[in-house]
Amino acid sequence: MNDEVVAAVADAHRREWARIVATTVRLTRDFDLAEECAQDAFAQALRVWASSGVPDRPGGWLTEVARNRARDVMRREARFRRALPLLVVDETVPGPEDALAADDRLRLIFTCCHPALDRPTQVALTLRLVSGLSTAEVARAFLVREATMAARITRAKRKIATARIPYRVPSADQLGVRVGAVLQVVHLIFTIGHTAPDGAQLIRRDLCASAVDLARLLRLLMPADTAVGGLLALLLLNEARAASRVGPDGRLRLLADQDRSLWDTALIAEGVALLTDALRRGEPTRYAVEAAIAAVHAEAPRRRGAELGRHRLGRDRRPVRGAAGDVAGLPRRTAQPGRGDRHAGRAAGRAGRAGAAAR
Amino acid sequence: MAKYMLLIHGDAEQWDAMTAEQWVAHDAAHAAFREAAGDRIVGGEQLEPAPTATTVRSGGTGEPVITDGPFLDAKEGLGGFYLLEAGDLDEVLKLVPLLPEVHAAHSAVEVRPVVFHG
Repeated sequence: MNDEVVAAVADAHRREWARIVATTVRLTRDFDLAEECAQDAFAQALRVWASSGVPDRPGGWLTEVARNRARDVMRREARFRRALPLLVVDETVPGPEDALAADDRLRLIFTCCHPALDRPTQVALTLRLVSGLSTAEVARAFLVREATMAARITRAKRKIATARIPYRVPSADQLGVRVGAVLQVVHLIFTIGHTAPDGAQLIRRDLCASAVDLARLLRLLMPADTAVGGLLALLLLNEARAASRVGPDGRLRLLADQDRSLWDTALIAEGVALLTDALRRGEPTRYAVEAAIAAVHAEAPRRRGAELGRHRLGRDRRPVRGAAGDVAGLPRRTAQPGRGDRHAGRAAGRAGRAGAAAR
Repeated sequence: MAKYMLLIHGDAEQWDAMTAEQWVAHDAAHAAFREAAGDRIVGGEQLEPAPTATTVRSGGTGEPVITDGPFLDAKEGLGGFYLLEAGDLDEVLKLVPLLPEVHAAHSAVEVRPVVFHG
């Protein structure tokens, strides 16, 4: 098997897993079967692509294989009694005029993050079903045994089916609250990765990457939502410094001691642009305030931390990147560069609360 | 369609302490709930307080033993219920906040799916 095919399958897994599961679930109305079919499709891709080459649209190819597999299984097993009731899936699929409701991946995300599921369960389901992490990987994120995590995920799927949590994008009157829950889940996944409690690794890059991918997906699907833009900005600005957070000795590096040449300037620029857009469009959200704090740190590549603090906090009274209002300027006053990420986190928390109160 | 049991839990002492005006508002909220739920309501009742309950359980000797009081002897107990029929949980969760027990600090409403026996 050549490396190119393995890389192509891995890439497709990262990019397309959510879409494949999400569209297959609508057909199977059963999460387990949809997951199995998606896994089968990737296994088949490894075999088939090695001989016939990587298709032009790997996602389309994989989705088609998964759905065909689902149809086969459903035909064969139709006469057996099912263990769980079928998921509640709307019969009529909204047309492209309702862009939000038209994407199955959003249905999947909102179902995983339904308020009738507790927060750790929302996180676990999102990592498994949307990000495509294996149950063992999800268990590692939570520092629990794989069997424990498997039981939790099974229980959650059972509740979704039995209590009839619908496979649906929430209605407009619920959307704001429900998006908030989704963003908290994505933020939490990033935080677990960013401050990994696991002794072996200080940073779980895979979890951070999953969170960034999820935030990018949400941004793609809900481009007008400023909270989504704010969260993606926050994650990118933190992710940009990931390479410098752990030194060669494996120990955490405080901000002042980080090698700024390792910072990803492209990610910083993208984060700042997203933040600027989010602040310009509406009231700053909690994530935008935290992102603004991260931007203050990230935008001064050559200055030492303490200097950065004095110069910026003392002289620069301009609101963040031309944004209006006191809250947008708040990060300048609360950010205390040079004391390390831990301290910045506390400042961010305070600023976040202040931001929320100002809304 | 599926059935859901809405179990209204709360502290009976707090319900007893409510004034006449508070009860008027309370009943009006229930009326608004019933109006919004419409024909989704299969049934529903307010229950007499827990001290009026009688519990029957095995005494271990084969003879059922009758005891005075509710199954779970707690400060909070079941104060009433509704049985609803709805398409999915979201439909129910949209209606439940109309119930006044959701908004009092001592009470809450538990939504339980009812087993479907075909």
